[in-house]
Amino acid sequence: MTSARLALLLEHLPAGTPATITAIDRGGIDPHTAQRLHELGFDEGVDVELLHRAPFGGDPLAVRVGNMVVALRRSMARLIEIDAVTPA
Amino acid sequence: MTVPLANPVVALVGNPNAGKTSLFNALTGSRQKVGNYPGVTVERKAGRLAMPDGRTAELIDLPGTYSLTPRSPDEAVTRDAVLGALPGEKRLDAIIAVVDATNLRNHLRFVLELRRLGLPLIVALNMVDLAERDGTTIDAAQLATILGLPVIATVAVRRRGLEALGEAVAATLRNTPARAADAGEADIRLLQREARAIADTVTLSQGARRRWSARLDAVALHPVAGPLLLAVLLFAMFQGVFAWAEAPMQWLASLVIAGQNAATAALPDGVWRSLIVDGVLGGVGAVVVFLPQILILFFFILCLEQSGYMVRAAFLMDKMMASVGLNGRAFIPLISSFACAVPGIMATRTIDSPKDRLTTILIAPLMTCSARLPVYAVVIGAFIPATRVGWFGLKIFGLQGLVLFGLYVAGVVGALVAAWALRHTVTKGPSPTFLMEMPKYQWPEPRDIGIGLYQRAKAFVARAGGIILLSTIALWALATWPKPPADWDRPALEYSFAGRIGLALEPVFRPIGFNKEIALALVPGMAAREVAVSALGTVYSLQGTDADHSAGLIEKLRGQWELPTALAFLAWFVFAPQCISTLAVTRRETGGWAWPAFMFTYLFAAAYVAAGVTYWTAKALL
Repeated sequence: MTSARLALLLEHLPAGTPATITAIDRGGIDPHTAQRLHELGFDEGVDVELLHRAPFGGDPLAVRVGNMVVALRRSMARLIEIDAVTPA
Repeated sequence: MTVPLANPVVALVGNPNAGKTSLFNALTGSRQKVGNYPGVTVERKAGRLAMPDGRTAELIDLPGTYSLTPRSPDEAVTRDAVLGALPGEKRLDAIIAVVDATNLRNHLRFVLELRRLGLPLIVALNMVDLAERDGTTIDAAQLATILGLPVIATVAVRRRGLEALGEAVAATLRNTPARAADAGEADIRLLQREARAIADTVTLSQGARRRWSARLDAVALHPVAGPLLLAVLLFAMFQGVFAWAEAPMQWLASLVIAGQNAATAALPDGVWRSLIVDGVLGGVGAVVVFLPQILILFFFILCLEQSGYMVRAAFLMDKMMASVGLNGRAFIPLISSFACAVPGIMATRTIDSPKDRLTTILIAPLMTCSARLPVYAVVIGAFIPATRVGWFGLKIFGLQGLVLFGLYVAGVVGALVAAWALRHTVTKGPSPTFLMEMPKYQWPEPRDIGIGLYQRAKAFVARAGGIILLSTIALWALATWPKPPADWDRPALEYSFAGRIGLALEPVFRPIGFNKEIALALVPGMAAREVAVSALGTVYSLQGTDADHSAGLIEKLRGQWELPTALAFLAWFVFAPQCISTLAVTRRETGGWAWPAFMFTYLFAAAYVAAGVTYWTAKALL
């Protein structure tokens, strides 16, 4: 089976699809929040996976970053660009 | 060889969820000193660490943090303590950095940040058993070589590695003179990449990623099953708080009454007897009857926190809380406030944004606390017929229960509206986003639950108990003096200071349908809301025990109050600002009288409007 890379925002990543962070739009958030994102393991090149969307409107999201699971709102996930590995 | 330090100070530092508090409890046992850092509402926990060479060190459990760049008062305390810049705190002689072996890639970054300070540093590689269970093997010796630091594998809950850790601390204190801390801003991304590279090198085999947590989350965060599970857990918690606590509350109450009867029999009639029976024993009684509920509530909260479920609850509720400008983290403090606003307000310390926290504190008293129940019970018993209602001939709901439920809902709706209004006015400002680590699930450790329960109960008794006791005695004094003249044919309370205050307030309350007796009862009700019931009993000159009181009082109220007045009284208690303990805890947590004054004013206004609207609507309709 071949696979293709697909550029997406983390907000739109389908659950269970492995992906890699390609860019984080740090201009869209205050420096403290950007720092916390890094402390929780978000960084370019790190693998992520969307695990769950909360009930009541699919916000916030539960995302696996490396070995850790992090809850974040969609407004934040919108600032994280990813490359998803999708089966072709 | 250097001279051994006289009283070395060692601190535990680490990310939240690294198992730091478990390690602290395992190292120091239950003999911990819990206090507050001066000027901030951050808890300071200290204990004695016994080292294998016979010496002891003071061990401090610093608040968990992800880095030395603080975002909350807790995290600022950790940074200042580590840098030796915390007022009133001795400089640290060594640091134990606690890292989670199952999350090395992230936790090592903080170790690298701490290493830059140059203080003696020991790494406790905690929860190695969980890493092994997942199939992850870490070469601790290689990690020590790369970091240039002692690395000790520990399992805090099984007491594994504690001796080796004590030995490493002793060796460090023997060999390395503590150097001055050097603070420079670290480039977090560089440290993070270095940490990931080191973690990948020393991880010999990478196991499956937390299989059990993933399975549990599939249920706990499921769009349908998740909210259902939360509802079941909350129901169980309420059931526990209200049903299990009932028997011990009655034992305690009858114990207090026995004490009151014994004192009445032993002492001659007079001021001293009155002070001991009604003031002191009455005040002690008002505190201890709540203890079973508070302990059960704390037990549930500690279990939810330590199992890792609390963050899941915040995750499920975040959307709803966000719609009124709050954050998922406000959910648990608000739920706690259904038992009592005092522990609820104490629990807001976990909210890192000051404005979110303040808003949560201000709306916490709107959750129907258990002290309102006796008031509701008497008034509902007197005025709401015990009939059943329903639709299509199915009369499944008791009307009284429905009214009680409606009062709870009114409190929640009032809180949400108040939160929204406050967030757009006095606590206006950008709402910080919801961004939290979801820790792996763990079985709550009985030792940690036990120690946590003891400490929180102690804090509750110290903070609320003293105030309730003092205010009960003060209000007893106000209700006792001055003594009425011999020819006074009305209740003695009316002649006292409390009575005069009540009478002076009566014109204020008349427009919302409250009579003189209600105005009189509201003043003693300041000590604790349920005291308003016994005060009403006193005003209506009832004799006998509390149990006789409520039965007699229900009869009395039926004859004396109009229905609109009773409904207005219920509406008043939905908002009911009069609780001295809540105001005192708010003063403590917000650091001044301004916010408790604001809280009192806005709740008073809301209660007044709600009672007035209820009274006049009922008047017009009935």
